[in-house]
Amino acid sequence: MEQHVQPDHPELALPRLGLRRRLAPYLLGLPTWAYLGVFFVVPLVAVLAVALETGNPDQGYVLTWHWSELTSTISFYHVQLIRSFEYGAISTAIALVVSYPLAYWIAFHGGRHKSTLLFLVLLPFFVSFVIRTLTWEFILSDNGFVLGTLKRWHLLPQNYHVLSTSVAVIAGLTYTALPFMVLPLYVGLEQIDRRVVRAAHDLYANHLVTFARVIVPLSAGGIFAGFLLVFVTNVGDYVNAAILGGPGTTMIGNIIQTSYLTNLDYPTASALSAWLLLFLLIAVAAYAKIFGARRIQEYA
Amino acid sequence: MSDASGLGDEHQQPTIDPALLRGLTESRYSRRQLLKAAGAGALGLSFSGVLAACGAAGTSPGKGKTTGGASAVGSPEWWAKQKPGGVFQFANWPYYIDTKHGKHPSLEQFTKATGIKVNYLEVIQNNDSFYAKIQPSLSAGQPTGYDMIVMTNGWYLTELINHQWLIPLDLSLIPNFTKYASPLVKSPNYDPGNKHTVTWQSGFTGIGYDPRKTGREITSVHDLFDPKFKGHIGMMSDNTELGSVALLALGIDPATSTRSDWQKAAKLLQKQRPLVRQYYDQSYIKALENGDTWISQAWSGDIYQANNSGYPHLRFVAPKEGVMVWHDNMCIPMHAAHPRDAIEWMNFYYQPKIAAEVADWVDYVTPVPSAKPILMKEDPAVGKSPLVFPTPAMDKLAHDYYTFKNYDDFTAWNNTFNPIIQS
Amino acid sequence: MSVALPAQETTAAEAPAQVRPRRRWGVAALGVYTWLVIIYSIAPIAVMIAYSFNKTPRGRVVTFSWLGFTTDWYRHVFDIADLTQALVTSLEVASIATVGSVLLGTPLALALARYNFRGKGLSDLVIFVDIAAPSIVVGASLLSLFISLNWPRGLLTIIIAHIAFDVAFVTVVVRARVAELDRAIEKAAYDLGAGPWTTFSRVTLPLIWPGIVAGALLAFVLSIDDLIITTFVAGQTLTFPLWVYGAVKVGIPPQVFAMGTIVFLGGIVLTVLNALWQRRRPA
Repeated sequence: MEQHVQPDHPELALPRLGLRRRLAPYLLGLPTWAYLGVFFVVPLVAVLAVALETGNPDQGYVLTWHWSELTSTISFYHVQLIRSFEYGAISTAIALVVSYPLAYWIAFHGGRHKSTLLFLVLLPFFVSFVIRTLTWEFILSDNGFVLGTLKRWHLLPQNYHVLSTSVAVIAGLTYTALPFMVLPLYVGLEQIDRRVVRAAHDLYANHLVTFARVIVPLSAGGIFAGFLLVFVTNVGDYVNAAILGGPGTTMIGNIIQTSYLTNLDYPTASALSAWLLLFLLIAVAAYAKIFGARRIQEYA
Repeated sequence: MSDASGLGDEHQQPTIDPALLRGLTESRYSRRQLLKAAGAGALGLSFSGVLAACGAAGTSPGKGKTTGGASAVGSPEWWAKQKPGGVFQFANWPYYIDTKHGKHPSLEQFTKATGIKVNYLEVIQNNDSFYAKIQPSLSAGQPTGYDMIVMTNGWYLTELINHQWLIPLDLSLIPNFTKYASPLVKSPNYDPGNKHTVTWQSGFTGIGYDPRKTGREITSVHDLFDPKFKGHIGMMSDNTELGSVALLALGIDPATSTRSDWQKAAKLLQKQRPLVRQYYDQSYIKALENGDTWISQAWSGDIYQANNSGYPHLRFVAPKEGVMVWHDNMCIPMHAAHPRDAIEWMNFYYQPKIAAEVADWVDYVTPVPSAKPILMKEDPAVGKSPLVFPTPAMDKLAHDYYTFKNYDDFTAWNNTFNPIIQS
Repeated sequence: MSVALPAQETTAAEAPAQVRPRRRWGVAALGVYTWLVIIYSIAPIAVMIAYSFNKTPRGRVVTFSWLGFTTDWYRHVFDIADLTQALVTSLEVASIATVGSVLLGTPLALALARYNFRGKGLSDLVIFVDIAAPSIVVGASLLSLFISLNWPRGLLTIIIAHIAFDVAFVTVVVRARVAELDRAIEKAAYDLGAGPWTTFSRVTLPLIWPGIVAGALLAFVLSIDDLIITTFVAGQTLTFPLWVYGAVKVGIPPQVFAMGTIVFLGGIVLTVLNALWQRRRPA
């Protein structure tokens, strides 16, 4: 399948080709690395380093390399950390299940209207999240559209409420996750070569088997990207718990927010941020290891 | 997620001079060196430099200069040298000034009377987030961009005062304050002698409730702890409000409470937790309106406005154990560009006529009692309202919040009450 | 990596007859499902549109009870100068940040997906941390940076901050696309004598274009909605979310709903135009 490039003067062409090939990733990445280095990495490390410092806002902080802050914050807030990962996992799973058929339909049967449909799915998210969350609060209120109607038909006990519970928070997280899941899934599904799918049919696979053993594995890249974007942002979310949640639904994002802004407790906020990043990294690496094995490379 | 190595073509070539290959593959700079060079050199930025500049790291925060000599900032001699600049930047909370069709009549009258233009910015949503925005500039000795800000009494205002980040006021330049201000706002415990602040508006935190749902009149703070309202009780997520109401329930005056008092209050709140629907920020009013909660800690102005927007049945009550009174205060941050213009506005505002205009719109407690007769004529509904002009009985019930002495004090309060809200 | 297939195309006529009705039913069900999800996703917007026509005494929304129909808020939609300016600023920032993050993110995605190089792991880590880091920490760190550099906070610093977090999302999305791309097509282009730039612009770019568009959409949405990071680095400039969030506590003006509706309807118009334009092109 592969053909060699046959330059006219091999001894001259080779080093140029090799050098360009070697340098390519660095040249491609350099502007972005420089940008992120200055405007992300250095400032972030400086702030995270506060976790290792001692002091208070009145007298200033000194870098003392005390690791005790890290251990004490974990024991204080492990409940909220675990809860955040729970909510994140559930909302990501639901978002995946909800979005996959949608992305599949648009990618495979959208035809000429693919980008239109995609745009329609995303359109609500151009309107500010503040407005969206406000209106969800209204839609989900105890005697509003949804619950009020269900209560009138006696499908729900009169005292039932969704707001201020973990259900509302997870529902909010799932809703916010939709575009972050649909887009990467669509990208992953859209580029599947249709001929492979037809080959599977030719080999007498029915649609279910084709879907499970050909389409899903081929879209693994999109699933991973969607998982990454949704899980990671949802675990650190604070808005949904603040507006839709109640006692017992506080997430680690809320804790970091209050530690930093309200309590002016910078070491705690930095320490918790560092833990959050670390655990997210572990979770994503674990996902990549477990599900990475089912990549198309195994089938090729 | 990696693709196959992109070095495909090269591997197919038969012979490469090893020396050439080594030269091609040796990296000239390691990533870290590159970042360091770029960081330290070209941009004048160094790791320790960022640490030092961050008000919370490396060095102690910078302090304003208000001591040392007659020409210290904020002294009468200093003020005498300040000239009006003809404009000033006024940062405030949203909907906190009279507004007609997008314009502010009181500010326009000020401009007509003094020739000073006001750039009015509704940029303050929360004391803590606004403090977080201005603190780094103040710490680094840079102007915040605002000549006047409005902060509620609390830890953040105390921090601004303690760090000497507010320009002390020369009260001789604000004679209207001395003449017309209510005694409640003169020399408050968080700013003795009004050295740095004068009040803009005040408010009460009491109890708001829906009598149709509660089935009875509410008169006591203990009604917030009544198991009959289980699942429909709203409390505030601001831990100073939460802790203070619990202290009131125990019969303790928050302003003089001790740490062991706080522990007792926290125990009471822990017992209440299963009954609470949610710890709300300002959205408790919506929950009261649509019936999710029946009784809640509430701010006086919110209930007044709810009554006027289709919820006349909601009531505000000052419980017999007491109400908390808070004050939003005008102050001038250090390094302000136009302090003389800002202090001019402070004086203008305290005229009863102007205070009445603002009070008519804002519906919180105005610090100028003489505005009442003016409003009784022009807008009796507001003039009569006990939520805008509190009765002496209400004034007697008013309690001040505890003023934190230092950061450890503040942290102790937080550590006592935050677990109730955040677990 | 692609499978070599015989040139035969399986047409509908050759497919086994008994599969067809079931398949059509399945596809139709999926279509219905898609529209249901779109409706679910639009539900809050429908509420917003409805209440933009609600009578609101005192000019601010403190309640969701229906008080009567009015078009007042559309007639006075630009009355609040600050709010209008904030909306314009948000749109400006989002557009520039989208372009910037696509320009920075696409080359990086290409590098990460195609090459193994020293520092690739570190790159991956940085992108990951960029997505995962709590906004409040990122916002505070950038504010410290700008203060130490003595840069005034305003439009420029907002754009810089938005590009910094957008670029990671763009990279992840585009990378998913590039990674699955069939290299053979590019190699074929090289074989036919195309230089690297020609190959990129006429072969690679069109192939990864859906990924780039998806990444750009994501970047735009993230930027236009960002609250926390913007709070720290905006100085005195206001963006739409900043203004609205500030007003939410005491009641947002109904103009906010009217503006949201206008933005939404504008998007619908764009979508319809796009659909019509697509009709003229072959599928």
